[in-house]
Amino acid sequence: MNAKRLLAACCSAAIVLFAAQSVFAADQSSPIKIGLVVKTLTNPYFVTMIGAAKKYAAEKGITLITGSGAYDGDNAGQITAMENMASAGVKGILFTPSDSSAIVPTVEKLRKQGIVMIALDTSTTPESATDGFFATDNFQAGKLIGEYAKAAMAGKTPVIAMLDGTLGSTVSQQRHDGFLAGFGIKEGAPSIVSEQATNGDESKALTAMENSLSKNPQINLVYSINEPAGFGAYTAIKKAGKIKDIMIVSIDGSHNGVEAVKSKEFAADSMQFPAKMAQDGIDAVITYAQSGVKPTGYVNTGCALISDTPEHGLSIESSSWGLHNAWGGKG
Amino acid sequence: MLRPFSISGIGALVALLLACTFFSLGTPRFLRGENISLILQQAMVIGVEAIGQTLVILTAGIDLANGTVMALGSVVMTGLAVNNGVPPVLAVLIGFLVTSGFGLLNGALVTTIRLPPFIVTLGVLNITRALTLIYTLTIITGLPDFMNTAGNTFTIGATQITFGSVLMILLYIIMFFVLRATAWGRHVYAIGNNPEAVRLAGISRTRLLLSVYALAGLFYGIAGLLLVGRTGVGDPQAGLNDNLGSITAVVLGGTSLFGGRGNILGTLVGTLIVSVFNNGLQLMGVQEIYQVLITGILVILAVSVDQMSHRTQG
Repeated sequence: MNAKRLLAACCSAAIVLFAAQSVFAADQSSPIKIGLVVKTLTNPYFVTMIGAAKKYAAEKGITLITGSGAYDGDNAGQITAMENMASAGVKGILFTPSDSSAIVPTVEKLRKQGIVMIALDTSTTPESATDGFFATDNFQAGKLIGEYAKAAMAGKTPVIAMLDGTLGSTVSQQRHDGFLAGFGIKEGAPSIVSEQATNGDESKALTAMENSLSKNPQINLVYSINEPAGFGAYTAIKKAGKIKDIMIVSIDGSHNGVEAVKSKEFAADSMQFPAKMAQDGIDAVITYAQSGVKPTGYVNTGCALISDTPEHGLSIESSSWGLHNAWGGKG
Repeated sequence: MLRPFSISGIGALVALLLACTFFSLGTPRFLRGENISLILQQAMVIGVEAIGQTLVILTAGIDLANGTVMALGSVVMTGLAVNNGVPPVLAVLIGFLVTSGFGLLNGALVTTIRLPPFIVTLGVLNITRALTLIYTLTIITGLPDFMNTAGNTFTIGATQITFGSVLMILLYIIMFFVLRATAWGRHVYAIGNNPEAVRLAGISRTRLLLSVYALAGLFYGIAGLLLVGRTGVGDPQAGLNDNLGSITAVVLGGTSLFGGRGNILGTLVGTLIVSVFNNGLQLMGVQEIYQVLITGILVILAVSVDQMSHRTQG
């Protein structure tokens, strides 16, 4: 390839690029820019959050810039995304931290620049590092399914396997503790025969469940930190031929999860409202941009217990209600 | 060939300039001093890792373990300083020792047992990843000030420039001269180009490769210090994809994966291309998944240009 041909190629490339950038540059005129940084794009929960945020942003006439880490735990990737958004001139950044304490130096740096920083779904450590924290009460979400499991298992000796999230995650810890509180047992109780970290990943949960069953075939109750973990557990239990003997409870409230409740794969599911988190977050940044008033403290975006088997004393929504209110599309 | 710039090296520079033009036309926020400084800062960790990767690739090897070795070094240096009260400078040096040590291990396995570098570094990737998590499962915070130095800035005019990004550029310039003007540098190219000639010339393959891999390890340690300075924490999960990231930078810069050909400054250009796209696309509000797509296309283009130019040269 000689110099002339290289030059010709470059010129054509330049023309193509110039044309292309005018397409991409189309929406540069909106006054308010808001950033949304999630953990990863492979978890349908965060994909839903982004989808809901984009829709709401379009309604409100603001520009939404999104970003994420490359994997669950990619702190450096989230830092890079936030810095770029700050450089793009966002008024506020909504984010779900992959690591609650590692992101704090960056959050504080951007707050000093006058960008309002709001944590969604997972708080920073300390929680006060952000201007606001919009999330499900994860302890409550765990507690709801713990109470359900206790009522549903009445009369039986519980043999419990716990499938947790990522080590060090506040969400994972809170849901775990909530489940224990709802069920009425303490950490280290003899009824808990297995506790495994799954990173909320379906294939890791599958392996963890297989190992748990191998360790103790008498397991009759599985707590899963979220639906991907619950689905992984279900696959393992089905392979072992133990569907009739084991109850699975989970948290998330996606469309797939509520379908699982309807088809009796999950006995109960605590539903979260990620779309509401994103919408409340966007509203808060718009308020800040227009009036300078920042949000403060924690805002509970709520959770609801979904199950088709009623239990006394518990406020339960059926799966049909669940399907109307679930997040995420079919599939 | 030891020509100053190969066609693929120039191609990389052109691609970088085109990318910068594209983004400055697309958004007025791209060409600001702070944004350029930001790009350099975001490139510095992978940039320094890519120096080590370039050295290894020039010898017709490859290093899959650079990210995890870097992570191990960074948690060791932060862990020692925070948990064991080791003076920060000493902790950093011990971190460098650890990463160079694993570099040396790579070199030893490649030379004495004659295992392919791909296999060796794959094994070391898993070993260092496990060691890092055994050392600490959680992020290390509360670092002494010295360790944040790389992330600190000084001001020129209206722009703040990070010390770490200046260090990265200096290291590239130094290594450029080392590779061009020293006998060691020529031998590095030679062993990738024509190992038989190296043997006939009486140069010790073992000593040469050991020095290359160990030096690469040192660069991963330096990258670890830059990462610590940038993020303010010691993170055991850091750098998991940096092997592919640094190889991408090397390839985009025009260095041949078969060894013996390439310019280390090309790697710097390759690193900047990735960072520019990352930053520019985000500034323009384009979904970042397109950045991944574009990087993939660029890599194939870069390798194709390199292959074609090699063929026409005969």
